[in-house]
Amino acid sequence: MSRLERRLEPSRAMMLASPLIAAAAMLATGSLLFCFLGQQPLHAFYVYFIKPLTSAYGVGELLLKATPLILCGVGLAIGFRANVANIGADGQLTVGAIAAACVALHFDQVQAGWLLPLMLLAGALGGMAWAAIPALLRTRFNTSEILVSLMLVYVAYLLLGYLVHGPLRDPAGFNFPQSKMFQDAALLPLLMDGLRVNAAFPLSLLAVAGAWFFCKHTFAGYRMQVSGMAPAAALFAGFSEPRNVWGAFLVSGALAGLAGVGEVAGPLGQLQPTVSPGYGFAAIIVAYVGRLHPIGVLLASLLMSLLYIGGEAAQIELQLPSAITGLFQGLLLFYLLAADLFIHYQLKPRRHIAAALATAPSGDPA
Amino acid sequence: MNDAVVPQLRVEPRLQLLGISKIYPSVVANAEVDLTVMPGEIHAVLGENGAGKSTLMKIIYGITKPDAGEIMWEGRQVHIDSPSAARKLGIGMVFQHFALFETLTVAENISLALDERITPAQLAPRIRAVSEQYGLPLDPQRRVHSMSVGERQRVEIVRCLLQSPRLLIMDEPTSVLTPDAVLKLFESLRRLASEGVSILYISHKLDEIQSLCDKATVLRAGRVSGRAHPREETAHSLAQLMIGGDLPTCQLLPRAPGEVRLALEHLSIASDDPFGTALHDICLDLRAGEIVGIAGVSGNGQQELLKAISGELPLRQPQGVRLLGVDAGRVDAAGRRRLGLAFVPEERLGRGAVPDLSLADNALLTGYIPSAGTGMVERGLIRRGTVRAFAREVIARFKVKCGDEQSAAASLSGGNLQKFIVGREIALKPKVMVVAQPTWGVDIGAAMLIRQAIIDLRDQGVAVLVVSEELDELFMMCDRLAVLAGGRLSRAVPVADTSVGQIGVWMSGDFEHPHHTAIHTTGAHHVTA
Repeated sequence: MSRLERRLEPSRAMMLASPLIAAAAMLATGSLLFCFLGQQPLHAFYVYFIKPLTSAYGVGELLLKATPLILCGVGLAIGFRANVANIGADGQLTVGAIAAACVALHFDQVQAGWLLPLMLLAGALGGMAWAAIPALLRTRFNTSEILVSLMLVYVAYLLLGYLVHGPLRDPAGFNFPQSKMFQDAALLPLLMDGLRVNAAFPLSLLAVAGAWFFCKHTFAGYRMQVSGMAPAAALFAGFSEPRNVWGAFLVSGALAGLAGVGEVAGPLGQLQPTVSPGYGFAAIIVAYVGRLHPIGVLLASLLMSLLYIGGEAAQIELQLPSAITGLFQGLLLFYLLAADLFIHYQLKPRRHIAAALATAPSGDPA
Repeated sequence: MNDAVVPQLRVEPRLQLLGISKIYPSVVANAEVDLTVMPGEIHAVLGENGAGKSTLMKIIYGITKPDAGEIMWEGRQVHIDSPSAARKLGIGMVFQHFALFETLTVAENISLALDERITPAQLAPRIRAVSEQYGLPLDPQRRVHSMSVGERQRVEIVRCLLQSPRLLIMDEPTSVLTPDAVLKLFESLRRLASEGVSILYISHKLDEIQSLCDKATVLRAGRVSGRAHPREETAHSLAQLMIGGDLPTCQLLPRAPGEVRLALEHLSIASDDPFGTALHDICLDLRAGEIVGIAGVSGNGQQELLKAISGELPLRQPQGVRLLGVDAGRVDAAGRRRLGLAFVPEERLGRGAVPDLSLADNALLTGYIPSAGTGMVERGLIRRGTVRAFAREVIARFKVKCGDEQSAAASLSGGNLQKFIVGREIALKPKVMVVAQPTWGVDIGAAMLIRQAIIDLRDQGVAVLVVSEELDELFMMCDRLAVLAGGRLSRAVPVADTSVGQIGVWMSGDFEHPHHTAIHTTGAHHVTA
């Protein structure tokens, strides 16, 4: 007989292995599922997980879809480490996209190198402005930032809907609810001809590197981590809680806003009624699967992106239902949470009492 | 009481433990413990912090299951697998930290805690009867939030007595009591014992056990290190059993104090918490090179006072706290640290240290202050090498038992973590040091090391304020003593001019207001060399 025992210290090895175990368990369960759906598991796996990676175009799509996940995920991870639960990245992404689109449409005739940087700046500021609302309400009135940031997502959706149906609608667009197409100077350059992945991807890698440096080497990053882990200790050390909340929201808002620019100035090329298919929400899973670590977020974003793209391929090629993507995401999160138990606990066979008395350290009070 | 024991030679023991063992992953809490308690006996379980006393009591009360061993209750073997099973047998337990609903009355609280369903109204006369019978005055209609800690303890004891227990377990009951209340408690316990109730009395205070208990079982590192009749032993021989050596002492040599470094001037704070304690007109001068102790039972405003001094609770009045000549009332915690304040809080995990961070990262928690000159942070970046070296130095200097500076704070025992936190604050070379409960839950060896380190700091000219519940400790290490009771602070008197008796009286709130006897702008008459 065996029992769960609390580990003396959380296991670092298990912390790193847990996402891998979760991915393996997801694949195992997935193969069972494929069997029940009347598919050859190996062939289904090939279509789902390998085939998208066999063409340059597929890899480009993978990176394209991963980009907003990385940007949002990195920002959220920094916030979650500081125990600031920003659930509203999708709203901040949307407002960032709107801000960048306004700049692009306002300078419709300008062919200049400063237009894109200005759009990126506008996007970041737009995301920050949207994130500032829950930050202000939390620090001023102690409201729950979870609820406020979440509700603001829907406000942002409605704002976008109003704009594309009204003020920003393309006059020559046959009344379709979308803006004019951006001119070339307002589009992010493509990384390679024939692929849709654009300059936002290297930008997201830059964000990963920056976030890694921030968490690992700056005192501000340390302050935010302490505020998240032990609020009373942060107060004891003299770290300001409002500054922590503001920092977390502004960083994650800015990065989500940039993700929004990456969408409108990238694959969309215009403002549409829907800018994000929920990247800001998927980024929450990404942040946790990535262990709230910037490098982890990068890897988790790639995996999540593969789940999206593989899911599409499985729908088309294997006629599997579209729910398959959500199912795999759910499996991944489920197994991750289960495997995480073993970071703090271990399975131990029940030892013989006499043996334990002989070997275990005796009660050392100091 | 001894003549009560003689005819009971043939009587079955009330409780007998045979070979009880309890093993946790990191530690053997109890190893082959045997314990016998006769009817009407007051039996001490003596041992220092971490010796396994509490685990053993939890096993008897059905909270924890032993890994091996047998429990005999009045001659037959029993399995106690829950507290309610223990209560059915006739075992009652008064916990060190009791859980009462503050907004409810005494009768309502007790009614909720009983296994049978009795309405508060039906209970009230029984509560009155029992409390009068044992000299534990209690008003059943009173709400708990208005009661002192000693009175709350009475609620717990009366709750146990209502179930007519045959064995009463008292876990460190005197830590929350004034010296006078301790004497009253002992009278009640003796009366109970004379009626045949057995009492298991857990403590690490030798004098209490010698005055109260018939027999003692001494635990050390989870094992029984000896059995004794406390009244026939000396403090020396009991200490020998408990820690395997003499009680170490620390040395406080007389020293003339210097200038005032911390001054509280008519500090009043209303409490945010409806059940917290408001501070009234608190005045105190703390000088360089002296240790001032603040005695008093926790819950009399200690938390509020410490937060007001540390800056965790900034004040409205800038003059409320003067730190090194600066009106610092509105300065936050970081700002006060920059002025030269260091602080060791009562809670170690989660306030004094971040549980999941390494000791090195915990060194950074307060070591970042630029004025301390540690150089841990430069241009916003952390210098890991410097941080680790600082942590290693603290670990070596204060003999902190741990893996290395990368061990998580939560993996250390309470005493070792306290050594690390005290060491960290001392290493920051403060000008004013404030320490709350310096040795709470710390074993005796570590406690003496911590006390001596604080005294050394005072000898180097640092102004030290110690807030503690342990009177022995305060008398051992302080130059002057004040008492905090009901949110009011007495004047601070030289230790040589006072006694445990007087401080005990003050602890019940019975002292004149300091303004009538002292003028705080001078403060010089407080000082003796």
